[in-house]
Amino acid sequence: MRRKPGRRLKRLLGLYLPLAAFLFFALFPFYWMFISSFKANPELYNLRANRLWITSPTLDQFRDLFAKTVVLQWLWNSFFVSFLTSMIAMSFGIMAGYALARLRFPGAQAFGLATFITYLVPTTLIFIPLASVVQRLGLSNTIWSLVITYPTFLIPFCTWMLIAYFKSIPKDMEECAMIDGCTRIGAMIRIVLPMAIPGVIFSAMFSFTLSWNEFVYALTFISSTTHKTMSVAVPTELIRGDAYFWGELMAASLLGSVPVAVLYSFFMEYFVSGLTAGALKG
Amino acid sequence: MASIAHAERPSGLPWLRRFTASEALTGYFLISPAVFLMAVLLAYPFVLAVWISLTDRVLGEPGKFVGLANFLKLLQDSLFRQTVWNSFVYTFSTVLLKMVLGVILALILNQQMPCRNLIRGALLLPWIVPTSLSVLTWLWMFDSLFSIVNYILLGLGVISRKVQWLGDPFWAMVSVIIVNTWRGLPFFAVSLLAGLMTIPKELYEAAETDGARAGRQFWHITLPLLQPVIAVVVLFSTIWTFADFQIVYILTHGGPINATQIFATMAYDVALVAGRIGEGSAISLFLFPALLVVIILLLRYLRRE
Repeated sequence: MRRKPGRRLKRLLGLYLPLAAFLFFALFPFYWMFISSFKANPELYNLRANRLWITSPTLDQFRDLFAKTVVLQWLWNSFFVSFLTSMIAMSFGIMAGYALARLRFPGAQAFGLATFITYLVPTTLIFIPLASVVQRLGLSNTIWSLVITYPTFLIPFCTWMLIAYFKSIPKDMEECAMIDGCTRIGAMIRIVLPMAIPGVIFSAMFSFTLSWNEFVYALTFISSTTHKTMSVAVPTELIRGDAYFWGELMAASLLGSVPVAVLYSFFMEYFVSGLTAGALKG
Repeated sequence: MASIAHAERPSGLPWLRRFTASEALTGYFLISPAVFLMAVLLAYPFVLAVWISLTDRVLGEPGKFVGLANFLKLLQDSLFRQTVWNSFVYTFSTVLLKMVLGVILALILNQQMPCRNLIRGALLLPWIVPTSLSVLTWLWMFDSLFSIVNYILLGLGVISRKVQWLGDPFWAMVSVIIVNTWRGLPFFAVSLLAGLMTIPKELYEAAETDGARAGRQFWHITLPLLQPVIAVVVLFSTIWTFADFQIVYILTHGGPINATQIFATMAYDVALVAGRIGEGSAISLFLFPALLVVIILLLRYLRRE
């Protein structure tokens, strides 16, 4: 079978050119972030040089960043909060998701509906009163204010994600286990959970990313430099009035972006399949 | 008797077995942590938001009940009216852009190509990376003096003089729209791709044998079958964009002269910067009708399927 002559041209125009345009649009900001953080200031602000390339790469910006700020503390805060909240959300999400997928009880439907609705409630709708709740709990200006509030938007997500996974697992196996003397919760932990691992990993990772990226609550509840998370510390601590230290800002942005990008690249298969499989099942 | 009953039980404490034997009790036990957390930190703050919006509370003082005064004051405030208008412009244009570009990108990604997974992964990056940090990069890209966007556009001859991306009211709105589209496009593309993959190949083969060209196949097969997914994605994105905060907060802070002020940024400025918490709460609550409409439409859509 011979290829039609127009086919390659058609593929170029219909596939590769638009794809290249989309890739450029999506990735150029990251390239610019990367390249800006490895330039020294004279090169960074030199309008006559070729600005899209580095002639003398340097770690100056990172050195300044580590010397002048507590960036490691911010990274640790982000990690601590994200890890803890994704674990909490994961556990509560597994429990609630299993209950909704398998058990029949009065109020189950209402609870399902409520989780779905809370999944949609934007954080900007309630951040003002939540600040006073956090204050009354004595948690203002601590990272614990984030640890308790982040699960409110993570749990609905995890629950819905896991309902879809649990429902795809055949009931027979856990029923057998229960006939053999396993309790319902024992069967859930020993039989169903291992089979839902892809869903569990995906939900945990996605929760981690959502926590790592959260901005509104962290900006509202926390004011001390040392308690801030990366996503808020970089734009608020590194911009002082009208002075923008772009090299340091980009270096810090890179440091804050790399952890989620790495996490994501390790589990990309889970991620893409998880998104395409479950994201819209709710 | 007791010993026989005990022997019959294979394992576990008696009360635990009785407890877990009941589906209802197990169900309530399993959902209780989630319910507790969401009641205290989501439902209660929402009620509190309504209450605060009916008071003249300012930072440091509890304030007193003033009825709908905050809402009435806002409706007459020209800045608030502009905020409402900006929010609609911002939401409508970005959702439209994301939808159209999202369908195109999904159609591209659905084809066979080398390194397909790598490309899909790379295109998802804007959605994964912390928005506040990537928006800082855009802020640097739109810098009044050193804008790399201007550098590239001038170099290519697309523009003849520098665009003041964030300094000009019109271009500031264009800028936040571009960045929001950049950030949200991957979600659209991946969700729509998932929708595309569920369309049976046989339909296209049948259309092919009937002589339908690619364009007609798109309008008569792809789009109608993709429509439910498009609707759901559009509704999700509408509420997220309407309530968006960080892109505008970091890129323009609502400026210049409030040209990009939207609900959430104005609520933040009024409540936490100016300290008028009652009024700020009222601004936030204007998001609620939009949320309600989206929820009702979504539930209708999902129920029909």
